[in-house]
Amino acid sequence: MKASTKSPRLTRRDALKAGAAAAALPLVHVQTASAAGSLKLAFWDHWVPAANPVMKKLVAEWGKKNHVDVTLDLLSSGAANSKLPLTQAAEALSGTGHDVMAFATWDVQHYHQHLAPMDDVVGGLIKQYGPMDPVAEYLAKVKGHWMALPTSIGSQYKPTCARISFFKSQGVDVEKWYPAKPGNASTAAAWTYDELLKLAPAAKKAGMPYGLGLGQTTDSVDWTGAVLRAFGGELVDAKGDIKVKSDAMKECLEYFQKLVPSLPDDTVSYNDASNNRALISGKGALIFNPPSAWWVARRDAIKVAEDCWTFPNPTGPKGKFVPYLPYFWGVWKFSRNQSAAKELLSWLQQRDRVQELCNASSGYDIPPILSMHDFKVWETEKPPLGTLYNYPLRPWHDATTNVSAAPAPAHIATQIYSNATFNVMITKLAKNKQSMKEVLDWAEREINGYINM
Amino acid sequence: MADGTTGAAASGVPARRAATRGGALHRMARRRSTIAVMMCLPLFALIAGLVVYPFFYSIYLSMLSREMDRFIGLFNYEYLLTSDTFHLVVFQSCLFAITAVFFKALIGFILAHVMHNISGRDQRVWRGLLLVPWVIPPALSTLGWWWMIAGSYSAVNWFLQLVGLHPVAWLAITGWARFWVIVVNVWFGTPFFMIMYLATLKSVPEQLYEAAAIDGATGLQKIRYISLPLLRNIISITVLFSLIVTFANFDIVEILTAGAPANSTQVFATYAFQVGIGSGNIPMGAAVSLFIFPILAIFAIFILRGVNRRAKEAI
Repeated sequence: MKASTKSPRLTRRDALKAGAAAAALPLVHVQTASAAGSLKLAFWDHWVPAANPVMKKLVAEWGKKNHVDVTLDLLSSGAANSKLPLTQAAEALSGTGHDVMAFATWDVQHYHQHLAPMDDVVGGLIKQYGPMDPVAEYLAKVKGHWMALPTSIGSQYKPTCARISFFKSQGVDVEKWYPAKPGNASTAAAWTYDELLKLAPAAKKAGMPYGLGLGQTTDSVDWTGAVLRAFGGELVDAKGDIKVKSDAMKECLEYFQKLVPSLPDDTVSYNDASNNRALISGKGALIFNPPSAWWVARRDAIKVAEDCWTFPNPTGPKGKFVPYLPYFWGVWKFSRNQSAAKELLSWLQQRDRVQELCNASSGYDIPPILSMHDFKVWETEKPPLGTLYNYPLRPWHDATTNVSAAPAPAHIATQIYSNATFNVMITKLAKNKQSMKEVLDWAEREINGYINM
Repeated sequence: MADGTTGAAASGVPARRAATRGGALHRMARRRSTIAVMMCLPLFALIAGLVVYPFFYSIYLSMLSREMDRFIGLFNYEYLLTSDTFHLVVFQSCLFAITAVFFKALIGFILAHVMHNISGRDQRVWRGLLLVPWVIPPALSTLGWWWMIAGSYSAVNWFLQLVGLHPVAWLAITGWARFWVIVVNVWFGTPFFMIMYLATLKSVPEQLYEAAAIDGATGLQKIRYISLPLLRNIISITVLFSLIVTFANFDIVEILTAGAPANSTQVFATYAFQVGIGSGNIPMGAAVSLFIFPILAIFAIFILRGVNRRAKEAI
């Protein structure tokens, strides 16, 4: 009893040892996820309601298995509700917050200096499953290093979603162009931008103009960027040189001059909801969009959904380009549990998990790993059966993915993209009736500014 | 405390000095001005933390490079001054804010007088109804406006077609798009003006209007010679307040047009967001936002000078 009341003597040597052990504790802690700890994740709040519970279930499963206390926050991202980009900015500047953050298209390039490299995770996945989509690589790599992991959640193509009956009325069977089974590019050789232009007046006359916007939000920016690439045009090339006054650019702008009169009268004020409304209301012959509009039509306007067929964008003089907007998961440098975070992200991108998440989103999500484009979900979604079969790019589509403003260096491209520079050019030329020279001069001045920023 | 006292007493002179010092501190602490300053300290701390620090931090931020790793002085401002798009933003912001505030003040003034002349329960009902636009979150009400006027499927165009007229692409034509963002802002902000003016009108002695009526003044003359002079200060203050809020408006433009067509409806706040968050250039976004400051400072100086002058005249 007496001995227990006497406090043990702490020598300076003991104190130093204890201090060193305490300092090493966090290092030990991050060595392996099995060492437990906690993780805070901020993922994109999926707009398909069934997708979020599956993600929550998977994250909880991993946490339980690895004795890690995982918190998952789902943050929305959209024109009127931009929680995700605002949280990214706040956490990057303050150096505190979640361990893992979701990043949309250009955000990795915006915050790469605050992110931990992910070469080990991405490299491992590539070794397991094969290459990533080149657009995902362009957006996630900085100076040769993967700064974030491309993920399937929220990643989307924006291909054609067309009304079968309208095209049939014009003598075209889109289901034959792109059947719901392996085919070859020759069946769809007629699907060109010339064909799109040729059918446009008939669509407008039928009261179903194409639901294609020339506004300043992403849906509008993405499809026009794909058209420009298909014509061989670029605003800025990969070396950073301005290419605004090229022949390809002029040819593409002239194409838009011919197309715009057949588009809806309010095309230049379209936002990301306008094209969906065009399709779901039954007043649009086609849109370039992920299957979200078809999905809502299936819920609210089944007759329209039954008449929809999804397939790649038209071919231009320089090829077929399909807009691709991938999402990414990055680990902040300030995270104290980076290895656990990486383990979790790698685990979530294993084929089985990606497939489960794709099924939950009814095939909306497009995995950035190309070998995962063979999931059954795209074959089985209906009505009509197979309507999404050609949503993921198949090898025989002979198509290339594209993000508008590529291949310009990312710090210039992101400005071209967010300022919708090409769409403003089209509006000035085709709606405001400015001359080609005025428009090209304006674009050159604008882009010069972006380069010098 | 007991130890201290004993110690001071034991040492003689130092004890007296300590007592004198303690007395001076005690007197200072009991001074009313000191108490006032002490009581204001939490407020000063709040203002320093939430106003002064963010303001100077945003100035500092606006002088950094895109990657925020280099100090580049006034380069961001220089760039903006040469940008065609930014010139358009300045023009549209001024047009939007000045026109909207003018109409909010005018309609608010008229409505306040109409309300003032409605008596009893009816006034309460109308007042409540007219306040509705102001209490609905603007993001939601703007979405409602978008559904009414957005292009091909809008209620307004449906009505136009019903009466045999052609639909109009309201948000796709520069003039109309600018018109509608102003209309929505006026619709949202007018109740604020109305309620402020109505409150002031209620404090105007009724005898003034009665005396004017006996002298044969018409309704317009009563407004010109009684209401307006008495409302001048509140008009100035509400106009200044509304100018500040309207210049910083974001949601109406973002939801209704997102700056389209061709940036013609872009205002400071939407452009700052597009550049700062959309393009990942937070320093440039900060520079865009700070351009509002000198413009508002000019308005504030003129308006507050008028208020002060009238206050001195009243004394």
